[in-house]
Amino acid sequence: MVSFIGRSIIQKIITLFFVSIVSFLIIHLAPGKPSQVDPLNPKFTPEMVERFRKEFHLDEPLHIQYLLFYRDLFTGKTASWKDNQSVLEKIWERFLNSLPLFIVGTILTWTLSFPVGIRSALFRGGLYDRSTTFFSYLLISIPGFFFAYILIIFVVNSFHIPVIGMETFGIGDPGWGRWAMDRVWHLLLPSVLGATGGIAVLSRYVRSQMLEVESQDYVRTARAKGLPPEVVHYKHALRNALLPFVTMFGLILPGLIGGSVIIESIFSWPGMGRMAYEAILARDYPVILTVNFVSAVLVLIGTFISDLLYMVVDPRIRL
Amino acid sequence: MNSQLTLDEPLAPRKTRLQEAWHLLRQNRLAVVGLIIFILFFCTALIGVVLTSGQDPVFHPSLVRLQEKLRPPLSKPNLETLRPDEVPMFGVYLFGTDDLGRDAFSRMLQGAWVSLTVGFVAVGISVLVGILLGGIAGYFGQNHICLDHIFMALLLFLGAALLVIGVIPLGVVLVALGLAYIFYYTMARKKPGTRGLPRLSVLHIKALSIDTLIMRIVDIMLCFPSFFLILTVVALLPASIYNIMIVIGLTSWMGTTRFVRAEFLSLREQDFVTAARALGVNSFRIIFRHMMPNAIGPVLVSATIGIATAILTEAGLSFLGFGVPPPHATWGNILSDGKRFIFDAPWLTFIPGFVILIVVLSFNLFGEGLRDILNPKLRERY
Repeated sequence: MVSFIGRSIIQKIITLFFVSIVSFLIIHLAPGKPSQVDPLNPKFTPEMVERFRKEFHLDEPLHIQYLLFYRDLFTGKTASWKDNQSVLEKIWERFLNSLPLFIVGTILTWTLSFPVGIRSALFRGGLYDRSTTFFSYLLISIPGFFFAYILIIFVVNSFHIPVIGMETFGIGDPGWGRWAMDRVWHLLLPSVLGATGGIAVLSRYVRSQMLEVESQDYVRTARAKGLPPEVVHYKHALRNALLPFVTMFGLILPGLIGGSVIIESIFSWPGMGRMAYEAILARDYPVILTVNFVSAVLVLIGTFISDLLYMVVDPRIRL
Repeated sequence: MNSQLTLDEPLAPRKTRLQEAWHLLRQNRLAVVGLIIFILFFCTALIGVVLTSGQDPVFHPSLVRLQEKLRPPLSKPNLETLRPDEVPMFGVYLFGTDDLGRDAFSRMLQGAWVSLTVGFVAVGISVLVGILLGGIAGYFGQNHICLDHIFMALLLFLGAALLVIGVIPLGVVLVALGLAYIFYYTMARKKPGTRGLPRLSVLHIKALSIDTLIMRIVDIMLCFPSFFLILTVVALLPASIYNIMIVIGLTSWMGTTRFVRAEFLSLREQDFVTAARALGVNSFRIIFRHMMPNAIGPVLVSATIGIATAILTEAGLSFLGFGVPPPHATWGNILSDGKRFIFDAPWLTFIPGFVILIVVLSFNLFGEGLRDILNPKLRERY
């Protein structure tokens, strides 16, 4: 156990090192320079460009830039090129905005997909199973932004509620209750949209896991000895079918920072995804690289947690 | 005599494999619908590219008629204000016109081809890379890379990097050293009997297996958030349809690699592969003639679903403004142009939206049907 943890931490640090190199190279070897962002801006004189290059070490060779960048990142001194704010503070602020979306979306995904998946597995081939199958394919296949527009038009036309942004623009200082309702309405639509794909995929997965376990010998034995169907389904089958999902708790961690670029830009939600998108548009390399690095760290921590959970939950696995 | 002959004939299975597959597919009605839409889409895209390209196409996708902008679907053109060659085919705007008076139907036809090529080329690239790396990891995975190989690769890589940065003399020296070592090494290997050139045996230590190397590369690639990575690369590179295909392809091969490797690891232990090896069949033939047909099933399934994902990704990129640049119409950029007129001209949003939905849905349904056909374990048991 201890040796497994040690080995996997070392492995993950090596992976992280290579990820940092690859993302740095991808950004810096691409054509175009950040110092040419705005050639039409009259304030952007050659002296400015020169100062800019000096300030951000752009005149150093690539490997020195790499070292300087990651030294700054680890000492927390990385600054955005656009507004000279600390990148970590910026990310933290945006992260707090994205957090409610992520939490509501995750809760929706995990609470809806299990009942749906289990029910369609128990009544395999029935009307319910076939219609949920079709609907989940529909939800996987619909382009997110198109679905977003349909939902926005529907909600705005039928409930007359503004949904863009984090709160109604110019709402002023309403009572506490109205403020909370306003927030909830603004939160609902983007998090539902973020959850749809997850619900579709996860409920299919629950269904297939459940089907697999239901065809095992011990379930047949349980049924043969005359146990009531609820006990067979929920005590014998479901408990075993849940095993792989415990590990998926670790894998939702990267979703914390990914955010959805498209949904956040449609709803003008000032979250992580939108910040990353704006950073790409402005060629704000420190922000892009930091987001990339943090999300890589989260992916690695997530896989590590899921490996650990698997060991805890499933006694057959000894790594 | 005659009856004797019939008895001696080998008893072939009553159905060929294709008939069996077709029989299974027919039971899954959604998959059949998916296949039919898939074939229709394929034909539409092929006909579309013929009808919308050339000097004087039948459907002109980029003809601007400013006096005819935002006409609803199935509306008749105003013949008095149009020159004869500007009148649309059939004398009607099938899907209406956009804000520049371009015929939306022609643009959709042109976009079908773009979506099709983006999907197929991107998935083609990812499947090729995936099969290649997965195959190497699965079949040759147990071979080790030695410290001197790494040393040499490092020399070459560092040299090349220095050359790119501009430190020419040191770079040239390093690259030359690396090449010299490769030459030296191959010379030493060519004469196994004679001692040949003495190897750098100090450095000839097994460091890590090829399998580990490839799987670590997969791990590294999986660390990047995929849509964000695609967005970054597409935004930094000059806008072109080929860049989008290549980038989508090069960021989605990890899944294929993983299961091709897994299939190969289990297949290479099986008796028919041992038999082939005992007969002296070379590795190349074993891989492509004996093992690949057995491993190709899941690859096909994930490729079908991958095409759907690639079409969606392209639409998403177009939506964010990083898609295929303007002279080409794609479903994604018709939709994202149309969203500004969603209340005045809803057809510009809803037609491409539903077309993307239907095509992607058909790919997904067909892919899932294919999975059921190819995987006997998932067939109905009762």
